[in-house]
Amino acid sequence: MDYQLTNQPVRQDPSFANEIIEATGVRVDRCYQCMTCTLGCPVADAMDFPPNQVMRLIDLGAEEILLSSRTIWMCVTCETCFARCPNQIDTAAVMDYLREKATAKGIAVPEERIQLLHQVFAENIKSFGKVHEATMLMAYKLKSKDFFSDMGIGLKLFLKGKIPLFPSKVKGLDEVKRIFEKTYDQTFGGKS
Amino acid sequence: MKFSYYPGCTVHSTAIEYARSIDAVVAALGVELAEIEDWNCCGAAAAHSIHRKLGLALPARNISQAQKQTHLSPDLVTSCPGCFNALKRADYALRNDEETRKEIEETVGFAYNGEVRIRSLMEVLTHELGEEVLSAKVKRPLDRLKLVCYYGCALVRPHAVTGLENPENPMMMDNLMKWMGADVRDWSYKTECCGADLALTHGDMVQKIVGRLIDHAREAGAEAVVTSCGLCQANLDMRQTGTDPLPVFYFTELMGVAMDLPNRKGWWSKHIVNPGPLLARLGYES
Repeated sequence: MDYQLTNQPVRQDPSFANEIIEATGVRVDRCYQCMTCTLGCPVADAMDFPPNQVMRLIDLGAEEILLSSRTIWMCVTCETCFARCPNQIDTAAVMDYLREKATAKGIAVPEERIQLLHQVFAENIKSFGKVHEATMLMAYKLKSKDFFSDMGIGLKLFLKGKIPLFPSKVKGLDEVKRIFEKTYDQTFGGKS
Repeated sequence: MKFSYYPGCTVHSTAIEYARSIDAVVAALGVELAEIEDWNCCGAAAAHSIHRKLGLALPARNISQAQKQTHLSPDLVTSCPGCFNALKRADYALRNDEETRKEIEETVGFAYNGEVRIRSLMEVLTHELGEEVLSAKVKRPLDRLKLVCYYGCALVRPHAVTGLENPENPMMMDNLMKWMGADVRDWSYKTECCGADLALTHGDMVQKIVGRLIDHAREAGAEAVVTSCGLCQANLDMRQTGTDPLPVFYFTELMGVAMDLPNRKGWWSKHIVNPGPLLARLGYES
């Protein structure tokens, strides 16, 4: 969805900002648009709305625009924004909240591959309790249908013995699965 | 000196040379790292990126495991900054937020007692052993090696959670490398992000980010980069373009060179950019 300026007066709706403050404890209402977050963000140029605009959109109650944005998926939680914010706003923590909500609502995501990678990674932990790169990357390649990118790098790593063939499993795997049941599965309906 | 140890998943795979050099260095220093029983993945970036509570509960299970194993040291050391960050975040929430603590305790099935202390291997070596002990172990000072220290994100940010030094200009690794005799260069990119797991979905972007980091490392006069993070190392090691890429070391590998520890060939063979020629030219390897 494009966010376009219109001649309609902007009506501020505080309910979305309040929901985020309540859920994350991050005081998004403290933002005064200094843009320090955006200036330090290593991926701002790949976002449809840079971090400072995310704060403004929250302020405007533009929930749909944010939940379907590229921005929330491009954020890699480097926390540079939070480290430099003069008002101690943890923007990256807000991104976590927005990604979780977009996924729970099943919103069509413009960065499907990033979402898929997080899901495949999490589900790999659910299967073994630890990450097994070979099965995780295989699942990602199959589900994303992105078969050929980085095959050279993957092969190099494999030949250097850096991608073990066999997974090692956690003994208390039932405990790990129970954690998933009470968190991830409950929110996303247990689909994996 | 004994610590309990959380190795994390990558020491058996993409960061295997880190694991080998850690084993060699701690043995030579008389530091014992006792692996905690039946640990699980910390959740890495994926867990919290898609489900916040999962991102706290997975590392919390490891804190619960460490807490149960009372025969081990309550100082839980981890070598991976990603794991350190996840464990620290969970510990921070458990320690400071009662409502979240109750939720996590219920989800994981344990009662948090706050006795486990999460520490990074680099911090433990620099603070517990310190300059005098470490520099006394140096047999071949690294004075011919010009390098920049690359901390990345996870070891330093968010500052309130990691509690490690100045998040804009940490000096821990710089000091450690100076104690090894290295010619450590100052640069402005030591805590800049490497692009992290975007490498898997947006390789071109990460190539650009890495290119910029390497350009600035060169500008500072560095012939190598040193880090402690497996993801930083992998991205910098694999995503450089051009004919003369810089080798990217783990800090324990360079400690191993300075302390002249054996079997280093088995570390270098795991690198994509072979550090052998540089080390040979400087007279540290034959």
